[in-house]
Amino acid sequence: MENLVNIFVKSIFIENMIFAYFLGMCSYLAVSKTVKTSMGLGIAVIFVLGFTVPLNFLIENYVLKEGALEWISPSLADVDLSFLSFIMFIAVIASMVQLVEMVIEKFTPALYNSLGIFLPLIAVNCAILGGSLFMQEREYANIAEAAVFGLGSGVGWLLAIVGIAAIREKIRYSNIPAPLRGLGITFIITGLMGIAFMSFMGISL
Amino acid sequence: MSALRRFVDKIKPHFVKGGRFSMFQSTFEGFETFLFVPDTVTSGSVHIRDGNDMKRTMIMVVLALIPALLFGIWNTGYQHFLAVGQEAGFWQMVWFGFLKVLPIIIVSYVVGLGIEFTFAQIRGHEINEGFLVTGMLIPLVVPVDVPLWMVALATAFAVIIGKEVFGGTGMNILNPALTARAFLFFAYPGDMSGDKVWIEGLKNGEGIVDGFSGATLLGQAAQNQTTFLNGIGEPITPFQMFLGNIPGSIGETSTLAILLGAFLLIYTGVGSWKIILSVFAGGALMGWILNIFAVNEFMALPFWQHLILGGFAFGAVFMATDPVTAAQTERGKWIYGFLIGVLAILIRVLNPAYPEGVMLAILFMNVFSPLIDHYVIEANIRKRLKRAKVQAN
Repeated sequence: MENLVNIFVKSIFIENMIFAYFLGMCSYLAVSKTVKTSMGLGIAVIFVLGFTVPLNFLIENYVLKEGALEWISPSLADVDLSFLSFIMFIAVIASMVQLVEMVIEKFTPALYNSLGIFLPLIAVNCAILGGSLFMQEREYANIAEAAVFGLGSGVGWLLAIVGIAAIREKIRYSNIPAPLRGLGITFIITGLMGIAFMSFMGISL
Repeated sequence: MSALRRFVDKIKPHFVKGGRFSMFQSTFEGFETFLFVPDTVTSGSVHIRDGNDMKRTMIMVVLALIPALLFGIWNTGYQHFLAVGQEAGFWQMVWFGFLKVLPIIIVSYVVGLGIEFTFAQIRGHEINEGFLVTGMLIPLVVPVDVPLWMVALATAFAVIIGKEVFGGTGMNILNPALTARAFLFFAYPGDMSGDKVWIEGLKNGEGIVDGFSGATLLGQAAQNQTTFLNGIGEPITPFQMFLGNIPGSIGETSTLAILLGAFLLIYTGVGSWKIILSVFAGGALMGWILNIFAVNEFMALPFWQHLILGGFAFGAVFMATDPVTAAQTERGKWIYGFLIGVLAILIRVLNPAYPEGVMLAILFMNVFSPLIDHYVIEANIRKRLKRAKVQAN
């Protein structure tokens, strides 16, 4: 139990997808204009990460890994399908994103319209694939750990995008030098937020 | 005084629009309003009949910083003479500290104001007075042994990246002085932490008493040693921590001097008492919770000692209350301050790399204060809508 809490806190603050690894920047930069839409996208990302990471964990451990197929028959013990991991992970992610898209379109059409192309693009959001690949690399012990890691990474991503969205709403009327308006200042803000998030680095849980 | 006024009036025509030096108008204006109260009045429909403009507000904060600065100067001398094992009189200590602290202040002001003036000229706006405070805060939050070029570099970084790219004073999202401190901390950790940098002369090690240790109390606590000792091995009482003759950044050690400044800030309404109070409340609560779960000596440190150690009081009074980067809504201020206190103690105790967590906690909450404001306002809108609907029925 303590272990799960540690993984959760760690994936939100210490190994934040945006500020520690700078993953998932494209939608983070593009959608963070208002808090409301970023909240919507953030929740979608939590949902997708929270489901795909444990699903991919199952696939990784029962299909892809060397010797993972042993549960079917002992003769398959030396089959190694891990070269398929990218395509399998992406397939799972894409289908999950499709599902989320349909749900959002059905229940909150306003949010669906404001997210536009960035909703289907979650499928190629590096934070999502990154979540599954980190799961593979860190070799979590069981599916609960993988699920908590996925959820935590999603929450960290949500925190980052609503944080910067609120800042961008605040500075909307600031007298920013013309060349920096828009994306330029957003990059600078992201860097400064990264400094603030560095406070958690080095905490060993 | 009237001669000065005459001189200013005489050169004024050159600086107004169409004059010979009209491109330096903002520089001229900056100096004129610094010397004299401006005689212009508002011409639009909104009239604020209050002489308390930004320059006066900023000067008030600088005044509030004076006790901490004076104490820091004395403490610099005191710690130095303790380290070299010499007897020294009060004025000797003050003079020694003065000679060490003054260059840092000068560098910070010259670099910062230089950049500020340059930006005002290029972008054609008035000189912003916000740097008066930042320039005083930066020297107070660095160790006395910091190389001057680092102060210059950090000041430049803070003023340009932390403030000017957002459009100057009032637009920045992170407190510039804290940005400078964090920049130094992450870029040159060897000169900003450890147990050699806090006392003048300890780094080159000449004439230091044998076995002298310059570790700050938080540095000692991070190694699970909570019966604090000063450099020559004498125990430090809580009263001394409150008074502040302990190693640390120049201005942060004396809780007493900081409280004097806090009274001035609260009395004049420049600093928000809600933020100060809630930072202390959050810190005390978190310290108390850690006391309950104490698994090591640092966690068992009595919670009230956290409040008088390190930069906690300084951060709460002078950094967290920065009206630009703090939460703007009244309820938001409580949340903002409380979370600063909680996070500061958490980082301080749980993160062995950064015993000085206050700075990072305030930066972190600076980042999220617009979000807090957003949700406080949203909640308020929803509450009022509900009330309107109830009345309509």
